[in-house]
Amino acid sequence: MNNLKVNDEGFEQREPTVSKKTTLDLVNKTLAKRYRAEKRFKLYGIVSVCFALLCLVVLFTDIVGKGHSAFFQTYIKLDVNLDQVVLGISDINDPDEIKYANYQKALRESLKLIFTDVKGRSDKRKLNALISTGASYQLADKVKENPALIGQSIVLDVLADDDVDTWLKSRSSGAEGAFTGRLTTKQLAWLTTLIDADRLEQKFNTVFFTNGDSREPELAGVRSAITGSLFTLFVTLLLSFTIGISSAIYLEEYAPKNWITDFIEVNINNLAAVPSIIFGLLGLAIFIGLFGMTRSIPLLGGIVLSLMTLPTIIISSRAAIKSVPNSIREAAYGMGASKMQVILHHVLPLALPGMLTGTIIGMAQALGETAPLLMIGMVAFVVDIPGALTDPSTALPVQIFLWADSPERAFIERTSAAIMVLLAFLITMNTLAVWLRKRLERRW
Amino acid sequence: MTTSILLAFITAFAVIAFFSGRRRSVAKANQVGGTQQLNSLPFYHGMLAVFWCVIPCLIFVVSWVIFDEYIIENLVITQLPEAQKNLSPGEITLLVNVVNNIVAGLSDTQGQALYLIESAHYLTSLRANSQMALTVIALSLAVCGICIAWVKIKPELRARNHVETIFKLLLLICSCIAILTTVGIVVSVIFESVQFFKQVPVTEFLFGLHWSPQVAIRADQVGGSGSFGAVPLFVGTLLISAIAMIVAVPAGLMSAIYLSEYASKRARGIIKPLLEVLAGIPTVVYGFFAALTIAPFIRDAGGWLGDTYLFELMGFSLQVSSESALAAGLVMGVMIIPFISSLSDDVINAVPQSLRDAALGLGSTHSETIKKVVLPAALPGIVGGVLLAASRAIGETMIVVMAAGLAANLTANPLSSVTTVTVQIVTLLVGDQEFDSAKTLSAFALGLMLFIVTLALNIYALSVVKKYREQYE
Repeated sequence: MNNLKVNDEGFEQREPTVSKKTTLDLVNKTLAKRYRAEKRFKLYGIVSVCFALLCLVVLFTDIVGKGHSAFFQTYIKLDVNLDQVVLGISDINDPDEIKYANYQKALRESLKLIFTDVKGRSDKRKLNALISTGASYQLADKVKENPALIGQSIVLDVLADDDVDTWLKSRSSGAEGAFTGRLTTKQLAWLTTLIDADRLEQKFNTVFFTNGDSREPELAGVRSAITGSLFTLFVTLLLSFTIGISSAIYLEEYAPKNWITDFIEVNINNLAAVPSIIFGLLGLAIFIGLFGMTRSIPLLGGIVLSLMTLPTIIISSRAAIKSVPNSIREAAYGMGASKMQVILHHVLPLALPGMLTGTIIGMAQALGETAPLLMIGMVAFVVDIPGALTDPSTALPVQIFLWADSPERAFIERTSAAIMVLLAFLITMNTLAVWLRKRLERRW
Repeated sequence: MTTSILLAFITAFAVIAFFSGRRRSVAKANQVGGTQQLNSLPFYHGMLAVFWCVIPCLIFVVSWVIFDEYIIENLVITQLPEAQKNLSPGEITLLVNVVNNIVAGLSDTQGQALYLIESAHYLTSLRANSQMALTVIALSLAVCGICIAWVKIKPELRARNHVETIFKLLLLICSCIAILTTVGIVVSVIFESVQFFKQVPVTEFLFGLHWSPQVAIRADQVGGSGSFGAVPLFVGTLLISAIAMIVAVPAGLMSAIYLSEYASKRARGIIKPLLEVLAGIPTVVYGFFAALTIAPFIRDAGGWLGDTYLFELMGFSLQVSSESALAAGLVMGVMIIPFISSLSDDVINAVPQSLRDAALGLGSTHSETIKKVVLPAALPGIVGGVLLAASRAIGETMIVVMAAGLAANLTANPLSSVTTVTVQIVTLLVGDQEFDSAKTLSAFALGLMLFIVTLALNIYALSVVKKYREQYE
């Protein structure tokens, strides 16, 4: 601004007028105000960026804060007496008898050993409610693995019920009142006894990663959802990568400038912005209604999601092809290559990193998508791990949606944990895409 | 033989076709004086053989798989006893389902009518025959293809030209899938919507003020009025989208301005990817966040504010619904920030530097340059971006499904619970549905509205952005 003054003064000397002076005064008078406006404007920008970043931080801390505890699970240490009579096994060598033995009773007996003073039906039922319904399967698996254990007494960490788990976690996190949920005062007293006897412990929650969905939070896991998601993504990748790249090649290398090409381009651009739920309606009406495909299967989910991600992949692949300089094509033509050879031998390998980046981003989008899958029935309650593309299954985001609706408090932390798993997948994929872009993309 | 094994076999045949075609061409060429007599490289002869082998075969398999169940079902229906054939289509579908269940072993055969069990046997045999026919015909088509290639391959065959033409055609078909998808969407929503509008007049749907899609199945059922006035849904959608836009437009636009005009290259390199992370978070996560963190927070904050002296003095209470439009709108706004920010960023960067230099040279401050020169120049592009963001907000599903309510209240109060078009589509179509009932079909009518509105917004926004780009190119 100093320069301006000097210049203005120099100018003034040659042509002295009154109006010039007032203009300068005007400028000087408003200058401070203008600088303040400048600072304010910049501040608005910083505030906006900070707001966005703050939201990101709040979101992540909220999810991690709610979800981290789900990676640990409470177990109750019990001395289980695998008595043949209690189990109801007459022949140790009969696998059928071992399979259907009364493991629940064995567990109840061992609880009774600790709490000898508990009498009465309802009290006993409440005592037994402390351990998970899955505990007997846990014991059964152990015995099936090693039938020699029958007749011995073993120490086993059995899964605690989700109420116990939630109570213990809320208690140890130091809040003033622990969350008791459905636990009665009697049950709380028993639990305190168990803690004093050092029988309650928290271990890494492997169940969460090895089980399918369950109504019991302590038995619910994400494995079936992850498998379903992977199957769906596999189909999506297969379809959208081949079709996407083919259309990109056609549009960039072959398409003549006519109305058909224009129409295809308009369609692709519009499909990129069509709400995802509409693709679900398409899947429901055309693939299920018209073609009679089965609901809830990854094959159908993959097809619908690939239609949804196609525009993303086509647009980024076209950009990648466009960035390959023309001189390379002309050099190849000059050597006598045919059009197909030019494309397959030269353009495609050079454009591939960019195409892969676009594909990975499209896949990440497909992995997080929920709404179209709801429409085609992938909201099933899936306990078994799907083993084929045509098995009923669900996907990780849908599992999150389902758990978020569950009333049990223990499902909140599991939902958050499932979100953490999903975000871990997404961040890995996006990092991979960024890395690919930085590493392999060539600037011409 | 299952379809996947069949596909594996076809792949194997394709490999055989390739090598046999290639060897055949070399052998033929050697008869007339070496491979230099070939019109095309042996590779192209091999590829041509693969195309001959695979393409007819795959077309056949796909169309068979699509249509066989349909034909089989009709065959089963035609052999039902006369009494059953005269039933209504719905009842026939029910019968077919029973037969299907018997075949799948889901229903007990005991206690079923004899003709149903017969149909089940018939269905099983038909399915087996169909699978057998599919396998035989598909594999013989593949073999035929190889044989044709064997006969047709000659040194003077212009294999390369044929292969290139087929290659180009395949690419063209792939790019037409985008058109097919659009057509599929339009057909699916329009077809079902027309059926819906046969039952419910269009005017009632568009202008009716009451939404309660429960249709009485029996005449004497209570509470099943079935009124389909969608105005409350439209208002709810607009309310939530408006809240989202109020959050997202200033924040997104200002961050774009800051990033493109003020931030250092390093700050930009850190902040931009972080904003992209915000854009990459799945909507179901935002929905969870809105429903379990923001909504209770707003409700508690409202309760606390309502108890304060000021509000008592003013004499009204502050009632915040636990599924308030505000919570869903705020979180949706946060989701859209990066979208607006990156679109505006592109647009602002496209404004020629010369305009900025000219403004700065005239003595305007940086912010004045932005406000008076850059923004007006970029305005069409920014408007386009905002419209795209609005269409995304309108079509957003998971956040509102999880955080907004189901009650179709006709209100503009952001603290009350409203429902949106997408929420209703999801509620109407998830779970058990009766096909052809007005309730299910109304979801498609809502889908049609959603599609039309977002499509119009997109087309307009894209044309604005395109025109703007051309202006500075």
